[in-house]
Amino acid sequence: MKVAGLIFSNIHDGCIPEMTHFRTMASIPFGCRYRLIDFALSNMVNSGITNVGIITHYNYRSLLDHIGTGKDWDLSRRSGGIKIISPYVTAFENQVSGKMYENRLEAIVGASSFIKRCGADYIVMSDCDVILNIDLNEVVEDHINSGAYITLVTKKLKSSLLTTEKNMKVVKIGENNRVLDIVNYKKGQRDINVNTNIMVISRFDLEELISDVLSHSYRDLTDDLFLKKLKKKLFRAWCYDGWYDYISSLESYFKVSMKLLTPEAREGLFYSGGRRIYTKLRNSAPVKYSSGAMVKNSLIADGCTIEGCVENSILFRGVHVGKGSVVRNSILLQDTFVSNDADINCTIADKNVVIKDSRRLSGHDTMPFFITKGTVV
Amino acid sequence: MYKKKECVVMLLAGGQGSRLHELTEKTAKPSVSFGGKYKIIDFPLSNCTNSNLDTVGVLTQYQPLYLNDYIGTGLPWDLDRTFGGVKILPPYQRQTGSDWYKGTANAIWQNMEFIRRYNPEYVLILSGDHIYKMDYSKMISFHKKKKANCTIAVIDVPLEEASRFGIMSADEEGKIYKFTEKPKNPDSTKASMGIYVFDRETLERYLESDARDPESSNDFGKDVIPAMLKGGEKLYAYQFEGYWRDVGTIDSLWSANMDLLGEKPLFDLQNETSRIYSRQYSSTPQFIGDSAKIVNSTITAGCEILGTVENSVIGHEVKIREGAVVKNSVIMDNVIIKEGALVDYAIVDSDVTIGKGAMVGKGGGPENITVVGANTIIKEKEVWGDRK
Repeated sequence: MKVAGLIFSNIHDGCIPEMTHFRTMASIPFGCRYRLIDFALSNMVNSGITNVGIITHYNYRSLLDHIGTGKDWDLSRRSGGIKIISPYVTAFENQVSGKMYENRLEAIVGASSFIKRCGADYIVMSDCDVILNIDLNEVVEDHINSGAYITLVTKKLKSSLLTTEKNMKVVKIGENNRVLDIVNYKKGQRDINVNTNIMVISRFDLEELISDVLSHSYRDLTDDLFLKKLKKKLFRAWCYDGWYDYISSLESYFKVSMKLLTPEAREGLFYSGGRRIYTKLRNSAPVKYSSGAMVKNSLIADGCTIEGCVENSILFRGVHVGKGSVVRNSILLQDTFVSNDADINCTIADKNVVIKDSRRLSGHDTMPFFITKGTVV
Repeated sequence: MYKKKECVVMLLAGGQGSRLHELTEKTAKPSVSFGGKYKIIDFPLSNCTNSNLDTVGVLTQYQPLYLNDYIGTGLPWDLDRTFGGVKILPPYQRQTGSDWYKGTANAIWQNMEFIRRYNPEYVLILSGDHIYKMDYSKMISFHKKKKANCTIAVIDVPLEEASRFGIMSADEEGKIYKFTEKPKNPDSTKASMGIYVFDRETLERYLESDARDPESSNDFGKDVIPAMLKGGEKLYAYQFEGYWRDVGTIDSLWSANMDLLGEKPLFDLQNETSRIYSRQYSSTPQFIGDSAKIVNSTITAGCEILGTVENSVIGHEVKIREGAVVKNSVIMDNVIIKEGALVDYAIVDSDVTIGKGAMVGKGGGPENITVVGANTIIKEKEVWGDRK
């Protein structure tokens, strides 16, 4: 039994425009040294899926730069490995809507040649922005044993724990994990099962689905296809019970990132079941703490130099915090340079930001202050 | 395909390093950890890459398992090439018999076939046990300019330490007229760094006659260089300015690690120019807890620090629990230091567990470094002190 993976890299770009201006959702930096796609990719690699297609749409330079040959995920293979499925614009026009794909369904159609040639029996599809650590083998096995048409991975959430509500689909589950309905999230719902947008389908069924789409010009995967087929075919829910997070706005990016400062989140995400999360390796020196450094409750990536005070913060690779500077409750992306005596609170600094001497910047934990890539403050 | 390289590098990495005691019990000296995330061999290998030299033979002999694994295809140093790249060269059996590498010169002689394959003009010989950054291409240009048969890199050492090194006496032009291995009364302070550029043809000639000499100990410093001087060849000394340390002893390994610390460190790895490459692992970022206190130290990925770290160099995936204190020490990978333990003036090798309240190296000093060998388990409240 062969399984191939398919990852959607642009699917929710609109959620967090501040950060996707220069990049895809997939390549948003997260957790000191990762990019969002690392979770989807590592989940596949850790489950023995070594033939992975990544569907891109626009803005994907940063993604290509991150993925490279796929070596860092052990996906630089003679057979299989990573295939980047770039936007499919023919000399004539896109078969569905006459332009580049706009939604998941069109993206799948664009990937049809990958699907045809991948030689797999089953396809696991995943969004790039699901932050979880899952053994997909179990899902595929369950899918085969149950004879389901499509298996959706769902996660039970208490609504009070939701960091985000936008784009959330709620799955209603009946007996034997049969999916009864898929609806939009409504405020105030409690103990819901959300769709993580990870699903398994056999290649045969997926190809049939694609030809169905082409002949009917369907537009939406859930609304047009799933809901029509729910009654006739077996849609099954597979309930994932590990750590799960989902980013749908800058505020939720901030909240979800800050959760990494708890041991539960790190254990659940980075070590669950012995499965590691892989990312692009960069040759940085170890972190250097000077005599005046004061660091509390923070995650710090290699290559940083810390001469000031850092508290409840997440520092990406190559960040510098100068003497007398205080960084609190902030996320500083790769190569942010904080000079001396600055005071930074509840701030997200995108890559290569320079914060000069004695600057005072602050947002609020419900509304972080965002500094775009390369800005000098 | 164009089958030629101008210069082939031979990296001597077979040394046992017996003066590093426990640290080299299961591995060769070049694969001993340094500076948290590096191995000693990363320095000469990265120097090669940064000097645009892409053909490197690594001569291994003593406990090569870890070293072979570490070097792998050479990818971390960009030395996985279709023609050239890094190759491991262990001793092997021939039709006429088999031999271990008897000395540094003999090791190169046994691998002449490897060198000939690339038909080089020059051969650069390095040793795998020094910590330094150097652009070898400048030394090769110097060698070419002087039309030398052999160029030896030298560094000025204090006169009182000169008797520990091979000492060159050279004229103003850099031409060497005298070479003494570990002289009692040194008349120069130019110490050989164990880095040689040879003319391929001269090297081959002298290695052949050295191999025929039953009296020879087959060593570059002891036999080949003196023979070349005697034979009237042109030997030049190439003056190197910069940081260079032989880390062959526990004390020197410890103090070279300490040289990475401080506001203006003697040896700066943070510097982006001429970076040192190493094999990377997918570790999580390091977490520094609420109860942590870190002063003047370097810490590598995957660590979880809840205790106190002062003037120390910490490797990958080290866990320092609440109330534990690590001072003036070098901690290698995967070490767990439990609650209330104290580590002072120590080198702790990888995969060690130090129990709650244990004391390692208490009352030590720069002249009295405690070593804990790999995989040691130190029990709760145990006092682990005396240096073996």
